[in-house]
Amino acid sequence: MSIRGPRKGENYELSVDLNSEYRDKRKDAIKRTIASMTVGKDVSGLFPDVLKNMQTDDLEQKKLVYLYLMNYAKTQPELVILAVNTFVKDTDDPNPLVRALAIRTMGCLRAEKIIDYLCDPLQKCLRDENPYVRKTAALCVAKLYDLKPELVIDNGFLEQLQEMISDSNPMVVANTIAALTDIHIAATSQPSTSSSDPGVFVITAAILNKLLIALNECSEWGRVAILNALARYVAADDKESEHICERVVPQFQHVNGSVVLAAVKVIMIHMRGVRREDLIKQLVKKMAPPLVTLLSSPPEVQWVALRNINLLLQKRPDILSNEMRVFFCKYNDPLYVKVEKLDIMVRLASETNVDAHLSELKEYASEVDVDFVRKSIKAIGQTAVKIESAAERCVNVLLELIATRVSYVVQEAVVVMKDIFRRYPSTYEGVIPTLCSNLEELDEPEAKASLIWIIGEYANKIDNADELLGIFVDSFTEESYAVQLQTLTAVVKLFLQKPDSSQGIVQRVLNTATKDCDSPDVRDRAYIYWRLLSTDPGAAKAVVLALRPPISLPQTTVSPALLEELLGEISSLASVYHKPSETFVGRGRVGVDIVQKKGMDLTDERFSTQKALQTVAAGQQAENLLDFDDAPSPDGQPSGLAATEVLSTTPAAANLLAGTSSNPLDDLVSIFGGMGGSGMSGGGVNGIPSAVAGSGPTVASPVQAQQPQDDLLGLF
Amino acid sequence: MASLIAILDLKGKPLIQRSYRDDVPPSYVERFLPLILDIEEEGQQVTPCFSSQGINYMHIRHSNLYLLALSKRNSNAAEIILFLHRLTQVLVEYFKELEEESIRDNFVIIYELMDEMMDFGYPQTTESKILQEYITQESHKLEIQVRPPMAVTNAVSWRTEGIRYRKNEVFLDVIESVNLLVNSSGNVVRSEILGAVKMKCYLSGMPELRLGLNDKVMFESTGRTSRGKAIEMEDVKFHQCVRLARFENDRTISFIPPDGEFELMSYRISTPVKPLIWVEAAVESHKGSRVEYMVKCKAQFKRRSTANNVEIFVPVPDDADTPKFRASTGNVQYAPDKSAFVWKIKQLGGGREYLMRAHFGLPSVKNELDVEKRAPITVKYEIPYFTVSGIQVRYLKIVEKSGYQALPWVRYITQNGDDYSLRTALEKGSTPIVPM
Repeated sequence: MSIRGPRKGENYELSVDLNSEYRDKRKDAIKRTIASMTVGKDVSGLFPDVLKNMQTDDLEQKKLVYLYLMNYAKTQPELVILAVNTFVKDTDDPNPLVRALAIRTMGCLRAEKIIDYLCDPLQKCLRDENPYVRKTAALCVAKLYDLKPELVIDNGFLEQLQEMISDSNPMVVANTIAALTDIHIAATSQPSTSSSDPGVFVITAAILNKLLIALNECSEWGRVAILNALARYVAADDKESEHICERVVPQFQHVNGSVVLAAVKVIMIHMRGVRREDLIKQLVKKMAPPLVTLLSSPPEVQWVALRNINLLLQKRPDILSNEMRVFFCKYNDPLYVKVEKLDIMVRLASETNVDAHLSELKEYASEVDVDFVRKSIKAIGQTAVKIESAAERCVNVLLELIATRVSYVVQEAVVVMKDIFRRYPSTYEGVIPTLCSNLEELDEPEAKASLIWIIGEYANKIDNADELLGIFVDSFTEESYAVQLQTLTAVVKLFLQKPDSSQGIVQRVLNTATKDCDSPDVRDRAYIYWRLLSTDPGAAKAVVLALRPPISLPQTTVSPALLEELLGEISSLASVYHKPSETFVGRGRVGVDIVQKKGMDLTDERFSTQKALQTVAAGQQAENLLDFDDAPSPDGQPSGLAATEVLSTTPAAANLLAGTSSNPLDDLVSIFGGMGGSGMSGGGVNGIPSAVAGSGPTVASPVQAQQPQDDLLGLF
Repeated sequence: MASLIAILDLKGKPLIQRSYRDDVPPSYVERFLPLILDIEEEGQQVTPCFSSQGINYMHIRHSNLYLLALSKRNSNAAEIILFLHRLTQVLVEYFKELEEESIRDNFVIIYELMDEMMDFGYPQTTESKILQEYITQESHKLEIQVRPPMAVTNAVSWRTEGIRYRKNEVFLDVIESVNLLVNSSGNVVRSEILGAVKMKCYLSGMPELRLGLNDKVMFESTGRTSRGKAIEMEDVKFHQCVRLARFENDRTISFIPPDGEFELMSYRISTPVKPLIWVEAAVESHKGSRVEYMVKCKAQFKRRSTANNVEIFVPVPDDADTPKFRASTGNVQYAPDKSAFVWKIKQLGGGREYLMRAHFGLPSVKNELDVEKRAPITVKYEIPYFTVSGIQVRYLKIVEKSGYQALPWVRYITQNGDDYSLRTALEKGSTPIVPM
């Protein structure tokens, strides 16, 4: 027996009561013991006393003792053996509830010593006449496998489970499937198994039919287990794929959202094998309503659904093309739901619904939550980038928002405008004066950097560009590195476009950046510019002012291979995180190898893209190489692959500069205001295409190939 | 699959927890709240599922509690989150309220339920009606031993055999909830009808029921022409008793019902709906002194119908004080906790229109940084004997082998959904509202 504690205190009292001669008192003491256990007190010392109360006709008391055993069996392995007899006896009890309880609890004890005694009763319970006992025993096999796989194999439990797939009771079938799947997962994640090993649970055509039959009869959770197994089945031909799809489609009508999502998963997988176009169309059409209905669930379920819908839309943008309105944010939605809805709204925005979409986004931009407001403004920018015909409306909405002069609204709008300029170069220049007039209010690095980029990019059209940039040069050392890098590049751009008036400022910024700056990135970039400018200004122009391809909104946020993998795991954590499971499921040391291997061959093509991009960038654009800023989105680094700007003498610029007032951009504003964006093209934009054609494409072309993808990823 | 389920208070202290698998040590439960705080501190949003150091945390909120599931594998997130909601539902049905106190008082039965509802991390029986048959609070009368109800594993897992009633009756409630969003220019931006058919079944034996609705798809597929209007349900969800394959084939709703109360089906219709109760408010705000509201409410449905218990919530600034109200009908109350005033009208006849005015004082000092909240006006109401969609129960056939006659009773009701909001509280600075 274990060492007894002192003869006083709570545990001692409990121990006395547990040994009381009165039944009620003993039962009460067990309850109090469990209560102590619940609040985290250590009552493991009472093990032998509690154990004595195990043999009882009182089912509730039995359950309590079992519960206690489950908690402390691991710490008292040598005492658990005393309980074995009662357990084994209970598996012979006339009441099926007791039999199931005993086998269920034995599987949870997880003590080495008791496992050997588990096999015989388990054998018996797997053949029990009562389905309740059988369904419990089926899962117990999986528990045993988790503890000691060889026992399961030696006792032939796997074969027995295989037989139980044909059980007459659908609940037993469902739990059998769950157990086999669990064992399959455990077995395939072992280091010893090679990937070519089919695993313990291979779904054959014969099993398929049994599953399809049981599917319609079993409980909701059982359906999820069966659907998951169906998702793993490899169809022999298109006929079989069609058959599976047709049988699974009715599950869309199930009230349980996880059944619906599991059914969506099966359909998405087996639809790959369907060749009949009309059936595919029909399946996609039937998928939409249940997905929309999931949005009437509690917020946490909505969130899981939204994350999955996001993936589905990346594969099939047409599924919900008419349903954008259901994704409008409700005032009381939690932020995590609103953010996902925003993303999907942008995905579903099209020329036909963009007006409703924009007026919603504008509404959101006036709400109180700063995060949500920022994301809404971002969404406006994404919409502008996505839908060309609506870009002007988006810009107008942004101007209205800037007019509110709410600091974070203005700053976010500036960042977004920069992206719009990157998509539609030289189109909305009329906005620039408004942006510049808010210069003093910007205090966030990203907003500052964006505005500086815009000024540098359009330096030849902004009369006082040197003045504006001068402000940042003056405070250079106090700015964050991102702003410093932008300032540096912008001033160099200014110099290349207006060499006469900006000699002084470029000298000043290069001096400060190389002498007084403590960031090696900034220093190095400054040195490179300096040398470039001093040795070959022509080359400097080709590098710094190189033409960049416009950005665009990506259809997908993950690589195609990963998207397919995730669609095969709809409703799982992987599909919710949008990450392959290897990245968040630790499997000890083995895991790392698998991750790396996977990472190489399919999961993250993004990596290889980025690598290629880096190589290209390294070769072509020294400044980008230096750009180690850890900001996740490359679009925060607009300067990066700077483009050729051969505009300084274009007629457009000349026209502009011939303007009358002190600030020629005033004219632009009036043009913009009066005729809208199209008016701009008359003077401002025409010059560009011809100029581009003339500029040396040697620099730009390899970059063009890679750059868009990088930008796309950054936009989200 | 979940390795561990725990219920925590808002401070992250576990009130009760149950381990289902060994791979996640119970101590991880205590890391949950610190992790949430970390995420918040980093300015990220806390999502229902997140992963940290190889452990996945899946959680939901219920009043002042967190229900948390931990897992190490790539679990089925939808299944686990829904299970947590189902667990909440069952516990609420057992204890009326689920809160810290009811958990402490009932830990024994909660352990029993957790043991029964999930095994090795896989959800099992989650129907509270079935669970109540063999997991009861009055465990004293244990002379008669409980057995697992047949229903736990039956093909008909929702009904036990041998039910007997002297009078066989069925009550059907068709309830339609309208969700609607009106933008500030008075246009309906979004609207949907969420319908539900709820049943109260007092029938003996194992009756076979068949429900007929004026379902457009069914009429079309059978080639029948409907008398009157047929409705097009966009998405239909059924209680697990309904044979889904049968519905898929010929749109027949056939089932063996559970005993007592349950929701037979729900449906969604997204045809545009005219706001049944229209509300608009003109706001005149004098910063630093007062704010005035004029609210107009109009019942835009047929004269023979009446809306009951209408409550109109109009948002006001958080710091508004000294309310004054005048209404042409009903009464008005200030609800400072909701930053709104509530106009309650017991009965609102179809076609009627009423006005009310409100006046609030505002503190003279105002924080400049405060962005004004722009919550929408929300409305609650109930309109009996009426469905917006026009759905109708054409028949309910009840067949039982003993051949008894049973009476079906049908009621219709339309009410607000959880999102009936109008963004019509327009600031009209230039047009002054006539003082009270």
